[in-house]
Order: sequence, then C-alpha cells, then structure tokens
Amino acid sequence: MARVAVTVPASAKRGEVIEIKTLAEHAMENGFRRTQTGELIPRDIITQFSCSYNGVEVFRAELHPAVAANPLITFTTVATESGTLEFKWTGDNGYVATHSAKIAVA
Amino acid sequence: MRLAPLLLAAVCAAVYAGEIPLAERRSGYEFMGPQTRAMQDDEATSPALFWLMDGETLWNGGRASCASCHGDARESMKGVATRYPRVVGGKLVNLEQRINACRVERQKAVPYPYESKELLALTAYVGRQSRGLPIALEADAATQRYIDAGRERFERPQGQLNLACAQCHDDNWGKSLAGTPVPQAHPTGYPLYRLEWQSLGSLERRLRNCMIGVRAEPYAYGAPEMVELELYLMWRARGMKLETPAVRP
Repeated sequence: MARVAVTVPASAKRGEVIEIKTLAEHAMENGFRRTQTGELIPRDIITQFSCSYNGVEVFRAELHPAVAANPLITFTTVATESGTLEFKWTGDNGYVATHSAKIAVA
Repeated sequence: MRLAPLLLAAVCAAVYAGEIPLAERRSGYEFMGPQTRAMQDDEATSPALFWLMDGETLWNGGRASCASCHGDARESMKGVATRYPRVVGGKLVNLEQRINACRVERQKAVPYPYESKELLALTAYVGRQSRGLPIALEADAATQRYIDAGRERFERPQGQLNLACAQCHDDNWGKSLAGTPVPQAHPTGYPLYRLEWQSLGSLERRLRNCMIGVRAEPYAYGAPEMVELELYLMWRARGMKLETPAVRP
C-alpha cells in the first residue's frame, strides 16, 4: 500500500512562486540494521521522487538510506499555466506511488 | 542527633523544587525547533496523518464497528481524550485500555496488542477529536487516590542512576541533557509521532524510554503503576491544550 499526501495550492497568479509539500508513507529501511539474531535487514527505501508540471519535469530528488521514514519533501515552483502536477515516487522492491493535483492559474 | 530529621527535611526541600506553578507550565512543543513545530502545525503533512487515516478506517469498518454505536467520532469522541485515564467500574484505565475493553465486551473481538499499528491508529483518531481542547480530568475521591499514587511514583528516585522523574522534569526543565532541552513532561500530545522512533508511539512507550534511561526496570505495558503515572502526568497538565497527534523530536 503506497499512500501519499500532497499539498498544492488550488489556484495561483501567473508567475507566482508556489510551495508544494509532499509526504510519502514509507519505512525507509536503511539496510544497515540487524535483527536480534544478527541477520541484516535488507534495504528498502524510496530512491527517487519527481514532479512534472503539464508534462515538464520541474523537480527531482534522489533519496538515500540516511533519509528518515515517511519522507517529507517540500519545494517551490513557478505557476506558469493551469494544468496538472504529476508526482511519482519509486523505490526498492518495486515500490511506486503516484499522485496528481490540479492547479488553476489566472 | 535530634536535628537530623529537620536537617534532612531542609535538604529534601532544597533538592525538590516541587511542582511547577500552573502558569509556568510549557508544552513540549515550546521546546522544539521551528521545523518540528511546522510538522505538527500542518496536519496535511504531519506523518501522523497516515495513522489518522487508518484510525478512521478502523472506526468505520467491520460488522460491529465503533461507528455503529458511537456514530460520527468527530461528534461523539469530542473531548473524550481530555478525560483519560479515568476510573471505569472501580478500575483505572487509560484510553488504549478503554478502546480494547470496548473491543472485547461489545465487539467480541480480540484486544489489539500495545503499540500495534491498529491500537495507535484508533487512539490517535479518538484523541484527534479533542485537539485544541483543555485537559479536563475529574479529580474526585476515587481518582485522587490514583493521582497521589502516581505522584509518589513520579517523585521517588529509581533505577541505578537513582533519579526521580521530578528531578529532571520539575527541578531542571529547560536545561540541556546531552544537547537536547529537558521538557516539563506534559503528556499533551499522545499518541505522538516521535522523529527518534520514526513512528507513532504511546505515552507508555515514552515513559519506558525514560525508565530505561535511568536504568530502572520499566513497568510492563498496561501495568497499573504505569497508568497511575499517566494519570498523574495528565492531572499535572490539567487545563493545557491537547495536541494529539503531536510531533516531537
């Protein structure tokens, strides 16, 4: 189950800098921890996050084992035109989560 | 030699500054940095959100759901978490135990284990409905006995380090312990998302942390001693606003 929460302003003025907040539910198991019997717990993390605005990539992040669980990624972009923001998280063991949000630009 | 008890009393008075005056109480929130505060303030991006989602699903799910008796939690559970732990049928219970009692007696289901995702989710969801409301425990005769027992436990030195809760949280709050501020230990936001845990956790989990810290043997989850301590802490924080589910570092 790949749950995410994204906050995007519903509307903005053209040229305005908008803040986008994204949260993904993920344990971010770093691959260095061991069980009580000494076996290594395999790494299981989100490795990449990207956001595209009407098909154009505006933000990308690579995530590493030091990132905490349930990573919160906040970034800004310029509101250029009305349309859709597409968010995608990918990671180990076939983890994929997507989300899209509409924005009206006047 | 006759002076000894008097001297001892004087020394004790100097060591234990006593309870924090009501007006000087500060939530753990006020000891946090701006980034951690922002996480708690914006519910849309607080990691506790996922537990609240699960809690809502559990509340409404199943044949004999919580909702089938209690209806909409946003109405029926408003203020409930401000009154726990409380005496129910002659026994002191915290919110987790109350939820589990309801599961066993009414829903004929097995109780959720302590710190299970389900129990934390339901407790957080019920607690969320009281966010912003003042803690409103009733200190009647039946409850006062447990408050006193909890206070006694709070002030008693324990563990190999021989430290009482009060020595840090009444007498030395605001100072630093290994670089982190010592808060006043008001349980205003449980269950809360602790960055150190990378997860939601209960007040009992937090109390066990402190007990292990002073190298005492922690009470088991749900032990009467634990619930008395929870009650005393909630009573000590009476009138303060509930922040459930809070975020702490």
